[in-house]
Amino acid sequence: MRYFASIREWTGLKEEELDLPDGITAETLKDTVQARHRKLDLQEGGILVAINGGFVEPTRVIKQGDEVAFFPPVSGG
Amino acid sequence: MIRMIRDDFSLDEELKLLKKPSVGGIVTFIGTVRAESEGERVDRMEIELYPEMAEKQLEAIREEAIKRFCAEDIRIVHRYGDLRVGDNIVLVAVSANHRAEAFDACRYVIDELKKRVPIWKKEYTSSGAHWVEVGRTE
Repeated sequence: MRYFASIREWTGLKEEELDLPDGITAETLKDTVQARHRKLDLQEGGILVAINGGFVEPTRVIKQGDEVAFFPPVSGG
Repeated sequence: MIRMIRDDFSLDEELKLLKKPSVGGIVTFIGTVRAESEGERVDRMEIELYPEMAEKQLEAIREEAIKRFCAEDIRIVHRYGDLRVGDNIVLVAVSANHRAEAFDACRYVIDELKKRVPIWKKEYTSSGAHWVEVGRTE
C-alpha cells in the first residue's frame, strides 16, 4: 500500500505491506488501515482509495499484486 | 503530451510545439502560487503527487478533451516540489482549428484535473503549514 500527502504524514509511512485475507474489499481495507493508524482523522475530508492507478468502488475486491493507494481528496492545479 | 516536472517550464517552448498549419488558435491556462490564502500570507508551497496515477489520469482527461471538443493537441505540465509565490504550478495549452474548441477543451482539462488527478498542495503560511482542502483551490 502507498500513502500520500496528509495520509502519509499521519501514518508516518510512504508505503507498507500487509498480509490480507482473501476477498477483502477496498472499503474493509480502508477500515483496517484506519484501525492500524489511530491518528488517521476522517474529519479532514475523507480518505480516497485507488487501485492500480484508478479510482475504485468500495466493493472492489483486492487481488494479489494490486497496488493500493490511500490519499486525501486531491488539490492540484 | 503530459509532463510532471520539478523545474519551471518554458511557455515559448510549449507553444512552439503546438503550432502547426492546421491550428487556428491556442488557449493556455497557467496556475500560479498566490501570496494569500484564506486571509493568511503564503510563504511557499509544496506539491506532492502520485506520479504513476497522475500520469494515467491526465492522459485519460487529455484524450477525453481531444475527442469531445475536437482539439488538435493538448499539452499539460504540472510541477511538484517546492514552489515560491508567483511560481508557475500548472500549464494547460490547447491547440484547435478554432477558438471555441480550444477554450472549451482548456476549461475541461483544468476542471477535471482539479477533481481527479492525485496531486496535493501544502501551503506554508503565517500561521503554519497545512494541506489545501478541497473547494479552496479555485
